[in-house]
Amino acid sequence: MKKQMMIKGSVAALVAAGVLATAAYASGSLTVVSWGGAYQEAQRNTIFKPYADKTGAAVKEEEYTGEIAKIRAMVESGTVSWDVISVDTPTALQGCDEGVLEELDYSRIVDKSKILPGAALDCAIGSDVYATIFAYNTTKFQEGPKTIADFFDLEKFPGKRGMQKNPMNNLEWALIADGVEKDKVYEVLGTPEGVDRAFAKLDTIKSQVVWWEAGAQPPQWLADGEVVMSTAWNGRIANAIKEGAPLQIVWDAQAPDLDMWAIAKGTPNIDAAYDFIAFASTPEVQSALAPSIPYGPTHLDAVALVEPELAKTLPTHPDNLALAYPFSAEFWGDNMEELRARLNTWLAQ
Amino acid sequence: MSVTTFDLVQSSLKARLRRAERMQRLRAGLLVLPLFLFVLLVFLVPIVILMTRAVDNPEIADNLPRTIEALAEWDGTDLPGEPVFAAFAEDLRETQKTKNTGLVGKRLNYEISGARSKSLQAGRAAEKMESGPYKEAFLALDPLWGKTETWSAIKRAGSPTTSFYLLKAVDLQWSPAGEIEQVPPDQRLFVDIFIRTLGISTLVTLATLLLGFPLAYILATLPPRHSNILLIFVLLPFWTSLLVRTTAWVVVLQTEGPINNLLLWLGLTDEPLQLIFSRFGTVVAMTHIQLPFTLLPIYSVMKTISPSYVRAARSLGAGPFRAFWTVYFPQTVPGIAAGCLLTFILCLGYYITPALVGGPSDQMISYFVALYTNRELNWGQASALGAVLLCATLILYAVYNRLVGIDKMKLG
Amino acid sequence: MGTSTDPFVVFSDVQKTYDGEILVVKNLNLTIERGEFLTLLGPSGSGKTTTLMMLAGFEVPTHGRIEIDKVEVNNVAPHKRNIGMVFQNYALFPHMTVEENLAFPLQVRKVPKSEIAAKVERALDMVQMPAMGKRRPAQLSGGQQQRVALARALVFDPKLVLMDEPLGALDKQLREHMQIEIKHIHERLGVTIVYVTHDQSEALTMSDRVAVFNDGIIQQLARPADLYERPENSFVAQFIGENNRLNGKVTSIGNGACTVAIEGQGQVAATPISVRDAGSPTTLSLRPERVRINPEAGQYPNQFEAEVQELIYLGDHTRCRVSVLGNANFIVKVPNAEGVPAMSPGQKVRVAWKAEDCRALDAF
Repeated sequence: MKKQMMIKGSVAALVAAGVLATAAYASGSLTVVSWGGAYQEAQRNTIFKPYADKTGAAVKEEEYTGEIAKIRAMVESGTVSWDVISVDTPTALQGCDEGVLEELDYSRIVDKSKILPGAALDCAIGSDVYATIFAYNTTKFQEGPKTIADFFDLEKFPGKRGMQKNPMNNLEWALIADGVEKDKVYEVLGTPEGVDRAFAKLDTIKSQVVWWEAGAQPPQWLADGEVVMSTAWNGRIANAIKEGAPLQIVWDAQAPDLDMWAIAKGTPNIDAAYDFIAFASTPEVQSALAPSIPYGPTHLDAVALVEPELAKTLPTHPDNLALAYPFSAEFWGDNMEELRARLNTWLAQ
Repeated sequence: MSVTTFDLVQSSLKARLRRAERMQRLRAGLLVLPLFLFVLLVFLVPIVILMTRAVDNPEIADNLPRTIEALAEWDGTDLPGEPVFAAFAEDLRETQKTKNTGLVGKRLNYEISGARSKSLQAGRAAEKMESGPYKEAFLALDPLWGKTETWSAIKRAGSPTTSFYLLKAVDLQWSPAGEIEQVPPDQRLFVDIFIRTLGISTLVTLATLLLGFPLAYILATLPPRHSNILLIFVLLPFWTSLLVRTTAWVVVLQTEGPINNLLLWLGLTDEPLQLIFSRFGTVVAMTHIQLPFTLLPIYSVMKTISPSYVRAARSLGAGPFRAFWTVYFPQTVPGIAAGCLLTFILCLGYYITPALVGGPSDQMISYFVALYTNRELNWGQASALGAVLLCATLILYAVYNRLVGIDKMKLG
Repeated sequence: MGTSTDPFVVFSDVQKTYDGEILVVKNLNLTIERGEFLTLLGPSGSGKTTTLMMLAGFEVPTHGRIEIDKVEVNNVAPHKRNIGMVFQNYALFPHMTVEENLAFPLQVRKVPKSEIAAKVERALDMVQMPAMGKRRPAQLSGGQQQRVALARALVFDPKLVLMDEPLGALDKQLREHMQIEIKHIHERLGVTIVYVTHDQSEALTMSDRVAVFNDGIIQQLARPADLYERPENSFVAQFIGENNRLNGKVTSIGNGACTVAIEGQGQVAATPISVRDAGSPTTLSLRPERVRINPEAGQYPNQFEAEVQELIYLGDHTRCRVSVLGNANFIVKVPNAEGVPAMSPGQKVRVAWKAEDCRALDAF
C-alpha cells in the first residue's frame, strides 16, 4: 500500500524534488534538453558541439520523453534548471497557453520570413521536420503496401500492424483510408459522425493491431516479425534501415510535424538560450542534421544545402510533402482529451 | 502526622517515577523522530497533496473572478445578461496579460470539448474590445458563448473545489440540469479499468499463491544446504530490475520468440499463439515478478512450524492429507494472508509490466494515472484516480481485516 | 514384571541408517511386555529417539522387523498404528483450543459427537485440568500444556503410548511432580508406555525396565535397581548414578572373585563381571556410598591410604574427594551420622570397600 500511495500521491512532490536536485548544479552552463537516442546524438554532433566550440560556452545535456509535466513543475516551483528544450508542436502550443514557455523575440533569433510557414510559433521555433509514416517489413510481402488504404486492407496485406496508442494521426488515417479527401479530414473529424466513422474504420483492423508507445518499439517489432507493418517516426525507421533491417517507408498520407526549440519561462540563462537557438536556426547548422538523421530543415535557405539524394528521404522533399495531409495541432489541442478517452474506452472493449 | 509524611514520601516517589518515565519516553521519541519525519514528508504529505489535488479547482476561480461573481445571481434558465459578459471581457483582458487564458481554456475544455481554442480566440478578441455591448460581441464571435450550458459549465467550474475529477474517475458527471449522471457510453472507462485492475491483481495473487505455496513448503522442509540454493533461485528476480525482467518476458513471449518457436516445432500449434500483448502475458510476467513477495512470508512462517505438529497429527490417527489440511495449513494462514495482501496491493500499482507485455485491454489504473500526469498534464484527474484507488484499497483492506484479521498476519 | 511373558512390542534385528554409511541403530533386539513402562535412556545420538520414531512409524527401519501385538508394522503408516504420542515440545495445535486438540484424534476416528465431549471431559479430569477446555495452548503454562499433551495422547485409549522427553522443558520441581503423575496414570490405565529420556533419575523413578542406549546399541536392559546396583559394563556404570573408576589389569580370576592390579599402586579384590581371563585390562566400578573411611581393621579386603582433597557438605552426607590408587577424583559419600570422624583437606585417611561392591567391568 505504501508503494502504491507513493507512486500515486507524491507525483507532484517527487517531480518537484527531482527538479530541485538537478537545479543545484545547473547554473553557470547552458542546459539543453532533448529526446535522447539517435536524435539527440545527431544534435550533439551537428549543433551542441559546434556551438560549444564556437562560443566556448559549456553545453550541458539532459534527456526527457516529452513530459510537459516536468517543465511545468519547474516553472511552478521557481527552480528552472532547463534552459532550451526540444518540444513537439502540441507541447509548444500548450506550454505557451499555460505560460510555462518564454514568448520568443524573433529579432534575437532569425528572420521569421525565412522559416517554413507554421514553424515559427509564439513560444517555439521549428528546428526540424519529422514525419509519422508507416513502414513495412519487405520480407513479408512480394508486393508491398503503397497507400494508407493498404494499411487498413487485411485481405491484401494480412498480418499484425503496429499503431501508436494515441488518437492523433490514427483517426485521420482511418478517414483517409475510408475515402475522405486529405484536406477535408478535420472537417469530417470535427463532427460526431466523422469520429464514429473513423472508429468504425479502425474496428476493421482492431484485432490485428498492436499498440506502441515508445518510438523505439516499431522498428524493433518490425525487425522481430512481431508486426508486418507499423506506423512510426521516419527517423527511427531510416536508422533501422541503415543498420540493415529489411524495412521500407511508405510516404502516403505522411503526417509531418515539427521538433521545436523553446525556452523555459524564468530561466536565468535567457541570453545564452537565445544565442543557442539563433545558432541552431542558421541554414548551415540546420542542413548538417539530415545526414545523421533524416529530418528536414525548417529554414528555407537550408533546404538547398541538403544533398539531393539525401533530400529524397526527408519529409520535406516536395515528392513526399505532396503526399502529406495537413496536420492540425489546433484540432488536437481542443479534442485530445475527449478523443483519447474515446480511444481508451474503445481499446478496452 | 505520620500519615502526612507517608503521603509526602509517596507523592515524591510518584513524581520521581514520572520523571524517569518521561526521560525514557523522550529518548525513545528521539529515536523514532527521523522515521516519523520521513514518513510524514514522503508518505503522509503526498497523500494529503493527492487528496487536495483531486478536488482543487483554482483555474476558473482565480482567473475569472468577476465573471464568477456576476454569475452568482444567474438562475441558469436563460442566457446571462450584459454584466456577466462585461465581467468576462474584463477577466479575459486580465488573463491575456497574465498569460493564463490557456489555463482557463484547458479547464473549460474538460467540461466542453473544443472550448480551449474558443477561449483563446475570445481572449484575443477581448483585448480588442474597447467598449460594450460585450454580449453581442461574444455572441458574434462564436455560438459557444450563446449557449446556456457554456455558462452553467463556467459557473460550475468556478467553484474553488470541484467533484468533477472524482466523479469522472468513476465515470460520472454533472448533467447540465445539475444532476449526477453517467458519462456517455463512449467515454465510460474508469469503472471498467478499476474492475480490471482488481481482477488482474486477484488473478496474479492467486497464481503466486498456487505456485508459491508448494515451493515455500519444499524450501521450508528441505535441509538448509539445498533450500538455500533454491532460495537463491527464488530471490534471483529481486536482483534484476523490474524493467529488465519485463523486457525479458517480451523477448520470451513474442510471436517469433522461443516459446512460440518451441510450440511450432513440437507441432502443438499451427500458427504462433498471441502470448505477448495479452492478458496471459501480463499475468505471467506479473506472477513471475510477484512470486517472491507472496512466497517469502509464507516461507518464513512455515519455517517456524515445527514438524512435530504434523507428526503429532499423524500419530493421533490423521492421514497425510488430513494432517496437512487441518493442522499444518491453518498455521500457515498468517503467512498466506501477509504474502497475498502484499502482492495484491503491489499489483494494484503495476504500470510498466502491463504497458510492455499487455495489450490495450490489459492496462491498469496506474497507466492512466501516468497518462494524466505526464501527457495530459491533468493532475486533478490523475489525483482523483489515485484517490479512488486509495479508497478502494482501504475498503478492501478493511474487508480483508474482517475476514482474516490483520493481527493474525505474520511476515515471519 | 520380568517374569511375565506377554510380548507386546518386538524389535528383531532392527538396523537404521540415514546416510547408508553410519548405523544409528545397530542390530536392535528388544521385547516390550504388555502394560510395561519401558524407558529408553541414553545420551543424545545414542539411537534412542530413532528407535522411538521407528516404533511410531516416522522412520522406516533399514533392516529387521518391528511387531506390535504380533503384527508386523514396518510398512504401516503412522496414523494406522493407533499409538498415542507425547512430544518434547508437546506439539499442541496452536490454532485449536484444548478441547479441539483433545477431540482431534476422536474426530479422526469418527467417534460420535456426544461421545467425544464425554471422553474429552474425562481426559481433562484425568490430568486434573477441568474447565480449561476453551483455552488455547498459548494461554497455558508449560506444565498445563504438558498435561494436555498427555491427555491428548491417551484420550483415544491407545494400547501403546510413546513419550519423547516430554518433561524436558519443565523446571525441576514440576518435572518430579509430573513423573509421579505419569507413573500413576500408567498404573491406573495399564497402558504400555515407551518413554525416551536422557535424564537417568527420571528413568529410574518411573520405569519398570530401562534400556540404556549408547552408540546404537542397548548396553543394558534391566530394572532400575539392577541397573544401579549391578551395571554390566563400564558405560552403564558411568552413565547411571555416580561412579568411581579404577583402571587396572586382572592378575588372577576364579570362583566369582578376582584380583586387579592398579599399575604401580596395589592390588584390589573385586567381583568379575565382564572379564574372563587373567591379564585382561579392566575398569573397576565402585559406588561412592559403598566406600568406608577409616573402618575397623580387618573388616574389608580392600584398604588403601588416601589423602582428602576436598569436602563438600550436603546436609545428610558429606561428599569427600580423595586421592587413592593414583585417582585424584575418587569420591566417597560419608553419611553425617553419629560417630563419623571429622576430616579436613590434606588429612591422611584409610578408605576401604568390599570385593562384592567393586565390579570388574570392561576397560573403559
